[in-house]
Amino acid sequence: MTPPSGKPAILRFENVCVSFDGVPALTDLSLEAVEGESRVILGAAGSGKTVLLKTAMGLVRPDSGRVLVFGKDLTTLRERDLFEVRSRIGMLFQESALFDSLTIEENVAYPLLNQRSIRFPKQQVHQRVEEALDFVELGGTLEKWPSELSGGMRRRAAIARAVVTNPPLLLYDSPTAGLDPITAQTIIALIVKERDLNKTTTLLVTHRYQDGNLIANFRYNSKQGVLEPARNGDRGAARTIFMVLREGRLVFEGDQNRLEASSDQYVRKFVKPREK
Amino acid sequence: MGLLATMVASEFGAQPLLLDLLKGPVLAVQDFFLLLGRAVRNIFRAPHYNDDIALQMDYIGVGSLPIVIMTGFFSGAVMALQMSRALAQYGQISKTGMVVAITLVRELGPDLTALMVAGRNASGIASELGSMKVTEQIDAMRALGTDPIQKLVTPRLIATSVMLPILTVIADFVGIFAGWVICYFILHLDSRQYWESAWRALEWNDVAQGLVKPFLFAVIISMIGCFFGLRTEGGTQGVGRATTQAMVVASVLIFVVTYFVAQVFVYLTSGEIQ
Repeated sequence: MTPPSGKPAILRFENVCVSFDGVPALTDLSLEAVEGESRVILGAAGSGKTVLLKTAMGLVRPDSGRVLVFGKDLTTLRERDLFEVRSRIGMLFQESALFDSLTIEENVAYPLLNQRSIRFPKQQVHQRVEEALDFVELGGTLEKWPSELSGGMRRRAAIARAVVTNPPLLLYDSPTAGLDPITAQTIIALIVKERDLNKTTTLLVTHRYQDGNLIANFRYNSKQGVLEPARNGDRGAARTIFMVLREGRLVFEGDQNRLEASSDQYVRKFVKPREK
Repeated sequence: MGLLATMVASEFGAQPLLLDLLKGPVLAVQDFFLLLGRAVRNIFRAPHYNDDIALQMDYIGVGSLPIVIMTGFFSGAVMALQMSRALAQYGQISKTGMVVAITLVRELGPDLTALMVAGRNASGIASELGSMKVTEQIDAMRALGTDPIQKLVTPRLIATSVMLPILTVIADFVGIFAGWVICYFILHLDSRQYWESAWRALEWNDVAQGLVKPFLFAVIISMIGCFFGLRTEGGTQGVGRATTQAMVVASVLIFVVTYFVAQVFVYLTSGEIQ
């Protein structure tokens, strides 16, 4: 179970196949994400990136293969038993998926109040929600409705909801899709901040190579409260792996140097070489 | 399903294409009853979302009150006007109250109330849940530790099952009252005679029929709305499609169930199926 790096595997796919109405979405996909690792998943639209995240969350059941999260095989668990595993995973959905009938405060408090395995004291919920919203710099939006926020603010509120329970595994589905470059950078900065402060394992689906580049080469300086380049690519014990999906198949897996050196035409479409 | 399809194909020499066409509807019916089973099972399992039940009761029950009162009033008034003309030909105009009461309590009250509530709520539920589905809010709910059937479907099933019989009783009363308004103010019939003939006409099985049907209709309205809502695919277009389908299917099923309930009550009261 423990990979060669010595760290325990948080997430493990073993020959996973997923299809919808006979159309394959993931084909024979295997991967292993260890504790503290970041994985950047690139691929064209419809290549299976979102399905991969939903399968890791137990929202989609594979046709074959095994999905192990924190050592538990999700394919053998009933829906009710999956809730305990899901309480240790935070997920940012593509369109934020904030509940539009709830205020921002109620949205962020939702996992604290509804995940029974967490048993968070009710009297501390408000304070924890404020902390989570302060973390994403949305402190003044408690009473607002999701429809009153801009796209970037909704995405930040959804990040607050994903991290409010301090889950050790975080899944981000296209967090910068449809956002302007400045807002997109703010979102990625928050993801890096969350990863480095709480040492979370992170899976990030994106179309933008810049997002992966920031994840791989920057770290959060908690003293100054800013992102800074990781010296000589050193982010301590954490590492970033890039994955490229094509029509449900994993066609590349490796670090950024290998990705940029790849001669595969499909892989190269997603790569924008760094400035030396 | 695959085995059954093969058996049927070999037995009757049917084309596999035809069986493929049948698979979809059969699977949909199976999914519907699975959803119904889970929703009913959740009534007895924690957690119970009482706030959601109260909210839905308010929306489905109190919210539907104006249209139910209007429908009940005018259907009762029309019944009184038309029936009084027909009965006058036989010199039985004094029986208008009886005819209005029986027609409303047995059929028109439950059916029209259910159709109004289906138009308003089956479509409303389908569009609300459909929007949640296409914006991944249903997935988010599952990801955040909540069973969507328990949180969304069961409260709507309970709320509709409680409120529709109450709305039906209100519609029945308002309809009979409207009949009295017509008889007293327009036809100048005796008020006491109207109410006595209406009251005496009703038997226990009329009341039972008038209350069993709304309960069955409530299950149809809430579950069809939830079923089509949770199956929504294809963005806003899909939401529109789910909304229309929910309303049409719920309305048709209301008429189908009305027929079978009437058959059962005719059988129970006369001893044979007509």
